Amino acid sequence: MNLSRSRIRGIRQGLLVTLGKGEWTVVLETLEAQFAENPAFFRGGRLALDVGGRALAYGQIEEVRSMVSRNGVEMWALLSDNDETQDAARASGLVVELEPPREPEPKEQEDASKATDEAKVVRRTLRSGQTVRHPGHIVVIGDVNPGAEIVAGGDIVVWGRVRGLVHAGALGGEDAVICALDLAPTQLRIGNYIARSPEERLERAVPEMASIRDGQIVAVPWPGE
Amino acid sequence: MTGNGTEARVVTVTSGKGGVGKTTLTANLGAALAMRGQRVVVVDADVGLRNLDVMLGLENRIVYDLVDVIEERCRLRQALVRHKHLSKLWLLPAAQTRDKTAVQVEDMVDVCGRLREEYDVILVDSPAGIEWGFRYALAPATEVLVVTNPEVPAARDADRVIGLIEAEEKGPARLIINRIKPKMVERGEMLSIADVVELLAIELIGVVPEDQEILVAANRGEPLALSRDGSLAGSSFHNIARRMLGEEVPFQPLRDRGVFERILRFVSPERS
Repeated sequence: MNLSRSRIRGIRQGLLVTLGKGEWTVVLETLEAQFAENPAFFRGGRLALDVGGRALAYGQIEEVRSMVSRNGVEMWALLSDNDETQDAARASGLVVELEPPREPEPKEQEDASKATDEAKVVRRTLRSGQTVRHPGHIVVIGDVNPGAEIVAGGDIVVWGRVRGLVHAGALGGEDAVICALDLAPTQLRIGNYIARSPEERLERAVPEMASIRDGQIVAVPWPGE
Repeated sequence: MTGNGTEARVVTVTSGKGGVGKTTLTANLGAALAMRGQRVVVVDADVGLRNLDVMLGLENRIVYDLVDVIEERCRLRQALVRHKHLSKLWLLPAAQTRDKTAVQVEDMVDVCGRLREEYDVILVDSPAGIEWGFRYALAPATEVLVVTNPEVPAARDADRVIGLIEAEEKGPARLIINRIKPKMVERGEMLSIADVVELLAIELIGVVPEDQEILVAANRGEPLALSRDGSLAGSSFHNIARRMLGEEVPFQPLRDRGVFERILRFVSPERS
């Protein structure tokens, strides 16, 4: 595992990026490369950056911030154990603490694949303008209304109606699936594939599962024939 | 606590999208509640674009306004304008010459808190949008009425606003569908009540049909709810007022049996 790679996971307020180890410029370049690997996942997102004990000057914070925003991501918080870094972050207008207070660091820091297997459960209806973004799977118990967005690194399961935009496999997983009791999204994306719902709605909604088959997104009713 | 022993309510009327009939509705609801014996203040929170005073026919009686109260140029009592015909209905007008930055969230909470000591219902007419004006109008609310029209853009904005209300934990938010045109619904040219309720998934508290008389009355400065003419629109305001006061009022037929049945079908499980 490349130590300079940053660790990315979903939190309530968006994404939490724990900066990798090593020389500042290398770590920064690596992070930018990580953005470039899966631009669709990151674009339009917001992140909190955890720099650990690193001492950063105001200029360095502005540097990382502009790199982040160049990649279509808003950096709204900077977390650090270092007092000087915290002061510089405040001067830069960044939030320096998550609410509720910073979660303890998970133990298996290096095991990125494990973090991606975690599912996030959302027990409410997602309304217009609301976004859920998570590197693992996302389960929604409720509806996804028009104008709402779900972006998951893994699969998406919705126990309800899907009318908004859903993007599964946004970290490049083309084997990701999207399941819903009533699947009629504005737009449906899996990996780099994009599909729209057919214009005419089914008379009666049936549960469906969408996946990539032979190079296109296909939704199949459940249970099948 | 008020004289009659129940907690006064601050009801914010909001919609997201402009032009759905928020202000007209606030004026009529205020009148209907006052006619049922409630002591009511309607607060025009649309600083800079006031018109609740016009709809109530009180424009020429304004001396002080909300911003004067906040900036302590007058006492709260001095800014309140009593309605010409309804002794229990008062207006706290918006400033016309200022903008929304003149009002802070704490100001609205403070003013509404003081009004709660002497009135039963404080109806806050929120500005359109989801920006500053909406934020301070929502802050004092103990309950929220979301107004929408049976149109896709209005319903989408209402959904967005309900999301923000939920995030601020300002519920319960209840829904009023305004300007429904039964004939268009029948022809499938308009979203039906069931469509809107399915999308928004909050409790429906009123349906107001489109009626030119509402506009005519507003232009005259006499809310339609005042005239007991038995019109569908006029009585729909009174029905909302009754439901707000805890009465069980069945949803009335809007024109013919077909629409009536469609409404009943989805209302009955909700109200059971």
